[in-house]
Amino acid sequence: MSVLGLDPQIIVRARRAASQIAETMDGFIRQRSTVAVERTTLRLYGVDGVGADDIPLPNLFVDAAGREGLLSQGITRTLARAVAHSGRDPQTIARAIGDGQLMLANLPLIDEQEVREIGERLADEAIARIAQNRATRDAYLARYEKRPEPLHYVIVATGNIYEDVVQARTAARQGADIIAVIRTTGQSLLDFVPYGPTSEGFGGTYATQANFQIMREGLDEVGEELGRYIRLCNYCSGLCMPEIAAMGAIERLDVMLNDALYGILFRDINPQRTFVDQYFSRMINSFAGIVINTGEDNYLTTADAVEAAHTVLASQFINEQLALRCGLPEEQMGLGHAMEIDPALENGFLLELAQAQLAREVFPRAPLKYMPPTKHMTGNIFRGHIQDAMFNLIGAWTHQGIQLLGMMTEAMHTPHMGDRYLALENAQYVMNSARDLGDEIVFKPGGKIQTRAQTVLIEAAALLEKVLADGMFQTLEAGTFADVYRPFTGGKGLDGVFMRDHDYYNPLEAGLRKGLGLDPVS
Amino acid sequence: MTLIGRTGATPPDLSRVRPYGDTIDDGQIQLAFTLPVPFGEEAREAARQVLRQMGLGDPRIYHMHDLGEGYTYFIAYGRFEATIDFTSIHVAKVESSRMDFYAVNAFVREHIGRKVTILGACTGTDAHSVGIDAIMNMKGYAGEYGLERYPMFNAFNLGMQVQNEDLIAQAIEKKADALLVSQIVTQKDVHIRNLAELIDMLEAEGMRERLIVVCGGPRITHELALELGFDAGFSAGATAPDVASFVVHEMLKRKLA
Repeated sequence: MSVLGLDPQIIVRARRAASQIAETMDGFIRQRSTVAVERTTLRLYGVDGVGADDIPLPNLFVDAAGREGLLSQGITRTLARAVAHSGRDPQTIARAIGDGQLMLANLPLIDEQEVREIGERLADEAIARIAQNRATRDAYLARYEKRPEPLHYVIVATGNIYEDVVQARTAARQGADIIAVIRTTGQSLLDFVPYGPTSEGFGGTYATQANFQIMREGLDEVGEELGRYIRLCNYCSGLCMPEIAAMGAIERLDVMLNDALYGILFRDINPQRTFVDQYFSRMINSFAGIVINTGEDNYLTTADAVEAAHTVLASQFINEQLALRCGLPEEQMGLGHAMEIDPALENGFLLELAQAQLAREVFPRAPLKYMPPTKHMTGNIFRGHIQDAMFNLIGAWTHQGIQLLGMMTEAMHTPHMGDRYLALENAQYVMNSARDLGDEIVFKPGGKIQTRAQTVLIEAAALLEKVLADGMFQTLEAGTFADVYRPFTGGKGLDGVFMRDHDYYNPLEAGLRKGLGLDPVS
Repeated sequence: MTLIGRTGATPPDLSRVRPYGDTIDDGQIQLAFTLPVPFGEEAREAARQVLRQMGLGDPRIYHMHDLGEGYTYFIAYGRFEATIDFTSIHVAKVESSRMDFYAVNAFVREHIGRKVTILGACTGTDAHSVGIDAIMNMKGYAGEYGLERYPMFNAFNLGMQVQNEDLIAQAIEKKADALLVSQIVTQKDVHIRNLAELIDMLEAEGMRERLIVVCGGPRITHELALELGFDAGFSAGATAPDVASFVVHEMLKRKLA
């Protein structure tokens, strides 16, 4: 039952428009691939490590294929020929290409049946490996204490993965459920994934496979002691979005920031590149049982939270519909939103409550990710702590799925160890003490809260219908989301997008689609 | 000297001030910190010694919490026993008088006679656009319109993670009169190196003299900005009129109008 008095017909209208937008995008995506998608495919076949100048082998391999004009057939086709020719495994082949020992131009052609036999074997192994990690997580979750929602999500951001582990383990002991390792600034614009453990970063720590593994071990160990499964989160975004999904699937991450629009709007990554990359990354996340988090909260850091509320809801609909086309179940959709209204606004709390409850009712099965105040945090840590408490109250009240806990020192520095403890204590107190509040309270029909939610929903439905009429790419060019303008051919990474040949072959994609119950790419 | 505080309360001696808790000269200071030591009475004593070595008397640990992994958190109070001579303090401040939205635009019309072109950017690795947005964006912050709303300004917000060379290239292309650089969240003082590099690059290009260059952010002071070769620095709490007033006055003063 809707405590907001929402008209279900308007929700249907909005969802239908978003679905048609996603359908159009899906058609666009299916005709294309990117260098990142092909590198991801190699990574899942077991290619890892770096060659000369620390360039990752997946990059060296894909770049070599690109130079020979082989990429538009899909990297698997070239790899299968190399496997047939040399009898070696993908890693050895990639190493030989990186060392200049193997020239792709010299590979003999093999018949289609052999390509497919090798390709399907490699894909089956990759998919089995991901499934194994998923089963390991399921076993932990079945064995351990079930934690109440909203799960407590905190960040670590020291720049040094070993220091991050210490901070993460203290946070787990204070009650954290999810540890996110913030990435070093600038990583999203690298068109490769750095390699190995790292101890230097700015405002965060490099996302590398070794770092994922180090943190995973640290959390599994402390989780064993506490009898709780501590989830690990990272950032599946930027120019290497699908590669990071692959690394996360291999190292058993549990949560990934993975937005369809974020990179376009906030990192000026080319829209075409982002849409194709998000599709492939989300299929991997979906199959790996990873909960994705979308980034609508960021809109409100640039646009006004009262005026732009409907753009958040509209984007949630689009993210939902795109995710469904990647086989992602609703239970893995951590759709994002945030508490960013100016605290000086009279009845601002009512508007925040309306928005959070609105998201809850529109996406009833999604583990919504609720983001804390950032824009109006001032350095007055005492007021900030209260803002975070109000935020926690809404999180418990409206049954959010994941609460990214606010830090009193937001906008000052990356969280100190003590800040994190205070944030967790704040959340536990407020949420425990108000646990079932949402089941007890109904809102006044036609009152401020109901009216606000109904208005935002109507505006979101109208916006989605406009996006559908104008086209998604045109909407991004017009600055509708977050007051940011992004042209179709602008931004970074466009040169890594290519049209698939008629004989494009990617058995990994086919296997994932099959496993996720999606129709094959024709 | 005028009496400060309640009638009859002891006035402070401004040449010898101490922090004020609830009585003049009680010197009370609150602290919160973490030590990498295991929770226990030894930890409490270690925290007390931290306060003592800071020169705080009567250290009291009111709250202490086991963070695990051999770390302990403390909330403490102590008494500051030295004194500060307030009368001898001199701080570099932005001297221009603050005008409001209407006065700034009228000033530009009257004294400059053309639109002022101003570029804003959050530079280097910093991905926090909140500061530059507060100054630049149409909507503004804390009830003050941003510079994009000023009819006499051509304001361009270049966003976050802008490299210094890109900012300079844009400054040349757009014939900028002023650059605003925001630095919000940084680590290991990278913002200092980044700000200093911008000035060096502007000087190398021979552009420094023709531009008003201003920086801002929670860790920026006017004094630091001057040291780094900027014309002004603004801290948290500054809004568009503060920055605009300084820029237009400075343009006039340096005959760049």
